[in-house]
Amino acid sequence: MQGEDLLAIGGMTFTNRLFTGTGKFASKALIPKMLEASGSEMITVALRRVDFASETENILSYIPKGVRLLPNTSGARNEKEAVRIARIAREAGCGNLIKIEVITDMKYLLPDNHATLLATETLAKEGFIVFPYVMPDLPLARQLEDAGAAAVMPLGAPIGTNRGLETRSMIEILIENCRLPIIVDAGIGRPSQAAEAMEMGADAVLVNTAISSAEDPAAMGQAFSMAVAAGRMAYLAKMREESKTAVASSPLTGFLS
Amino acid sequence: MQITVNGTSETIDACTIAEFLAEKGLIGDGVVVEYNYQIVKREKWPIVRLQESDNLEVLSFVGGG
Repeated sequence: MQGEDLLAIGGMTFTNRLFTGTGKFASKALIPKMLEASGSEMITVALRRVDFASETENILSYIPKGVRLLPNTSGARNEKEAVRIARIAREAGCGNLIKIEVITDMKYLLPDNHATLLATETLAKEGFIVFPYVMPDLPLARQLEDAGAAAVMPLGAPIGTNRGLETRSMIEILIENCRLPIIVDAGIGRPSQAAEAMEMGADAVLVNTAISSAEDPAAMGQAFSMAVAAGRMAYLAKMREESKTAVASSPLTGFLS
Repeated sequence: MQITVNGTSETIDACTIAEFLAEKGLIGDGVVVEYNYQIVKREKWPIVRLQESDNLEVLSFVGGG
């Protein structure tokens, strides 16, 4: 049954529900090792001005064929910049996937939901498969769906904080009410937190910092992948409700009576 | 002549985009060029000649989440 549990997004299918990022690896050579160990099938990249003073290393050469590239619009401060970055990324030959990330608040790196919606509308019309990174907000998620987004990526906690599902109840509302796949992105610091998101019914999890900044990113990638698979399996197996009082698992009659 | 490259003014000799990138040591793999706010496809790099006060953005993919 697990073999048939495919995740469909924007005409693509994934068997592994852990998505990863390329940021903050101590060495880029660790990226393919992490991808192999985790089995992650999609990874994010960013776009920046070339620094002519230092040698440019093409990060794409570290990503094995078969792993999908999800360029992000990090650095965009409004919808116009996000649209511009998306078009450049597509022109660079990275396909038509785009993670929209519009950030104006540099202390918490929280996304600008309004600008993200505007950019989603424009880019979906241009044929992009749009992954908007947003604060979990049900009315916005519905607007994103109408705008043609392929998924919704609510944050668990601010980027890089490792604090886990601080927005848990709001993400649950999205999961219960949205037709689009929900990919929990940002703030996930531990495999158990990723498992928790999947147990809740999230469709996938995107983890960057917690993997890339671990002492052993390949092992951490594998740990996250296993946690995501376990959480997904538990969700499909349908857990029972919590109870305030004990529910016996052995017969309640006396041993000999 | 003077052009703006990645936000900085530079004095260069007349050349095409391809020649400019080669001069900078960029062979072009994974590099994207915006020329006067329009994306220029790789095939056009040897054709487009840089002009006085042009604006060039040279970008590449980096690590990010």
